[in-house]
Amino acid sequence: MPDEKRKLHPETEGIIASASTQSVLFPDCSVDMGVDLAGVPLKNPVVVASGTFGFGREYGQFFTLSELGGICCKGLTLHSREGNPPPRIAETPLGILNSVGLQNPGVDVFIEHELPFLRQYDVKVIANISGNTPEEYGEMCEKLSAAGVDMIEVNISCPNVKAGGLAYGTRPELAAEVTKMAKSHSSVPVMVKLSPNVTDITEIAKAVADAGADALSLINTLRGMRIDVNTRRPILKMNTGGLSGPAVLPVAVRMVWEVASVVKLPILGMGGVTTGEDAAQLMLAGASAVAVGTALFADPYAPLKVRDSLAEIAAKQGLDAVHNLTGGVNLW
Amino acid sequence: MPIQQVCTVIRMAQLNPTTWWMALNAGKLAEEHGLRPSQFLHIKCGDGQLLRRPVSVSEAVTSQTEPEDIVSIIFEVRGEGTKWLSQRKLGDKLDVLGPLGNGFDFNESGRYLLVGGGIGIPPLIGCADELCEHSTAVLGYRSKDKAVPWVIDRFRERCQETIVCTDDGSLGRHSFVDSQAREVLTKDKDFTAILACGPKPMLKSMARVAAEFDVPCQVSMEERMACGIGACLGCAIRMKDGTMRHVCKDGPVFKAEEVDWDA
Repeated sequence: MPDEKRKLHPETEGIIASASTQSVLFPDCSVDMGVDLAGVPLKNPVVVASGTFGFGREYGQFFTLSELGGICCKGLTLHSREGNPPPRIAETPLGILNSVGLQNPGVDVFIEHELPFLRQYDVKVIANISGNTPEEYGEMCEKLSAAGVDMIEVNISCPNVKAGGLAYGTRPELAAEVTKMAKSHSSVPVMVKLSPNVTDITEIAKAVADAGADALSLINTLRGMRIDVNTRRPILKMNTGGLSGPAVLPVAVRMVWEVASVVKLPILGMGGVTTGEDAAQLMLAGASAVAVGTALFADPYAPLKVRDSLAEIAAKQGLDAVHNLTGGVNLW
Repeated sequence: MPIQQVCTVIRMAQLNPTTWWMALNAGKLAEEHGLRPSQFLHIKCGDGQLLRRPVSVSEAVTSQTEPEDIVSIIFEVRGEGTKWLSQRKLGDKLDVLGPLGNGFDFNESGRYLLVGGGIGIPPLIGCADELCEHSTAVLGYRSKDKAVPWVIDRFRERCQETIVCTDDGSLGRHSFVDSQAREVLTKDKDFTAILACGPKPMLKSMARVAAEFDVPCQVSMEERMACGIGACLGCAIRMKDGTMRHVCKDGPVFKAEEVDWDA
């Protein structure tokens, strides 16, 4: 494992003077922060969540991307998509609704223009894909495997697109079909991203595991709605959107725990992670790694703070390695 | 390139019942990082608000004698975030991302028609300051009680002509800004460009006026925003060519003729 002493990249020092960025550094960390996600070694368990980080260029202005364990890239489709009409964002109590609608330049543009940029950094690149048909998932997996991404995250659960997306994520047999197609066309590990918008997430998790998935990521956003009382219009032009942020953390912890209880696959846990303690909760519930997303919008340095604070928690608990947190919840 | 900067509130004033002026010590945001008026800062407004609030910069001043640049913002209290901001005290620290967005494209030798509506007026102050005297300003408010005399005076000091109008006629001319701009252009359309900032319907009207008189027009747009730096793709607006652009990164200033005003 690379040396993971807790220190912000020199480029960022001296520029930021925020009290909030000074407090959590943990320079004497002796905890092994490396984790394994379906055979992909992450130098630390903190990944950034798809859709919140673009292809890394914007937040790469604030810190070097090599600080992260991995990057789940903005969701890709076979062809470019313009996404949904605005407004696409609505703030809610401790959360955000979004209906971006998978705006992206298409998988080929990603491979040609974005992947080489990401490859300058020592960070695992996880491509996130959505398709209208199982065949589209297969085609994208082939292209991305050949292009050399480290892992593919199969989105079967985007709540913001009409075709495909949610239907695949809510019906076990369709989820399994997409998983099989992705697996058979990939030479890199395939992680399937699950929707929380189901009655029983373990059903889908089992179907996806049986179909050969190498890992699971959860949770995607929860469907929500906010209405402007004066205009009587929903804030979002699409009327509904996906809820993320601290409001969804307890749902994520519960679902990670449920899924970890029935499926042996490694889990990338996400949903409202803002602090190291949030990340530790997801790991104790069964996640091998965690993704930070919405917290970035309040604080570009959130993933690094989560990482450092997680290391501190592990150290305080006397752990040699952060992966020892995984699945460590003591149930009543 | 944007940075995270801790700014200190050094002066504050309430301009009218809902509008506040705030001056910040802002490190070297202007001198070293190139912050200009009509770009914006993304300000963390307390722990209760998940998202930062984008606020346009009115002035960004570097000084030979002061250790930090001074940046002024004018904002309207619209919700919990801006209410929090209005309750700051002198000496309080703000967690700010900036410089963000492009800002108006203008040069001192040009002659500009500045058109502002309501809280869209303050971002034009810095432009008025930097432009030479032969520019004209058209400033519109809903009514007299929404107007800010101090702001209007800033334009009167700098511009060749400053026209004030209100939707209800309670101050200045009883008119919308697009009619006043049309009058100005009818007499004399020899302007380098129109710089417009205000509510979307006003900008749409200005785009039409600009097209009529064949004068280039830049519009500063608003949209609900999350990350502020171009990563989340939240603040999209549709362009005439069908593509989406983003207010935070590609804007907030766009060429009026490129925006799809019917989207």
